[in-house]
Amino acid sequence: MWYYEKKLQYPVKVRQCNPRLAKYLIEQYGGADGELSAALRYLNQRYTIPGKVIGLLNDIGTEEFAHLEMIATMIYKLTKDATPEQLEEAGIAPHYVNHEKSLFYHNSAGNPWTAAYIQSKGDPIADIYEDIAAEEKARATYQWIINLSDDPDLNDSLRFLREREIVHSQRFREAAQLLIEERDKKIIF
Amino acid sequence: MSSPKQMPPEYYQQLEEIQMVDFAIVELNLYLDTHPDDYEAIKQFNSLTYESRKLKKNFEKQFGPLMHFGRSYSQYPWQWDDQPWPWQV
Amino acid sequence: MSNTYTKYYYPYISPFDPCKPIIRKSYPTPPQMYLGFQPPNLPQFEIKEALYRGTLWPALYSKYDKKDYRGEYDE
Repeated sequence: MWYYEKKLQYPVKVRQCNPRLAKYLIEQYGGADGELSAALRYLNQRYTIPGKVIGLLNDIGTEEFAHLEMIATMIYKLTKDATPEQLEEAGIAPHYVNHEKSLFYHNSAGNPWTAAYIQSKGDPIADIYEDIAAEEKARATYQWIINLSDDPDLNDSLRFLREREIVHSQRFREAAQLLIEERDKKIIF
Repeated sequence: MSSPKQMPPEYYQQLEEIQMVDFAIVELNLYLDTHPDDYEAIKQFNSLTYESRKLKKNFEKQFGPLMHFGRSYSQYPWQWDDQPWPWQV
Repeated sequence: MSNTYTKYYYPYISPFDPCKPIIRKSYPTPPQMYLGFQPPNLPQFEIKEALYRGTLWPALYSKYDKKDYRGEYDE
């Protein structure tokens, strides 16, 4: 089971009331390479992967939910006190007419999240390589959002999330290594 | 329900300290998932886990439970529902 | 290890390109491309600093400065 802890993994601050950024950030909430996809992908794959990498999938999958909450926090703060006019100006009117200010799992173009974004092949190598690719794609998405954002505080949190993709990619690369080693043979440094 | 009072600076300070220690724990945890034989890293993981527990015990005495489902104690009345939630702070 | 973490390339520029050409394009190649299986006992950031770096290990830290990747500072 899971326990909730009443804290963010990293402090999220937003300096400017700029709801347009919420429109971009939603990509990492309900987009193909977003945090929801990541969490569900890894936690689902862990059932059918060799024991030596189950723990890693379990733990990275769990960390992704903490990242999902950080993204939600950014979107919440950016839209909480914005007027409908400000939201319209930011291009979020289509979201507003359907969802008001509630969050929803769709990408920045408005496409709803779909399980087609993630994969589980049951082949350990295929799955871990998908995971490495997913981390690199999420890293790239963070880069493009940072390129569009002028909010220094928000960018600080986004840089943290980008760095996490790098560390996760590193661990998945090590997992791939563990999967191709002879069973129980120790990695020689 | 009226708006709860703003959290004092100590809340943010102590929360940040917990976030720092817990982050290092997450990092070591993922590292150990692929390096289960690194004795030094396990020692560091255990000592930071001890430190995190201490910090949280102290934090919870002042600001209420960090966890639910029996992982933290509550005073009267039930404190878990108290704002702010993490996305509100 | 002396790896560079940004790579460059020069796309063909047509006289009919409508926008001001970005002569040199760049993309990041962060440290996880090069580290291999992480060796034990790598130097660590201070616990306080690690959170703000997003990693415990300088060997995995990748600075991202958007100025380097928007094509604005070309020669």
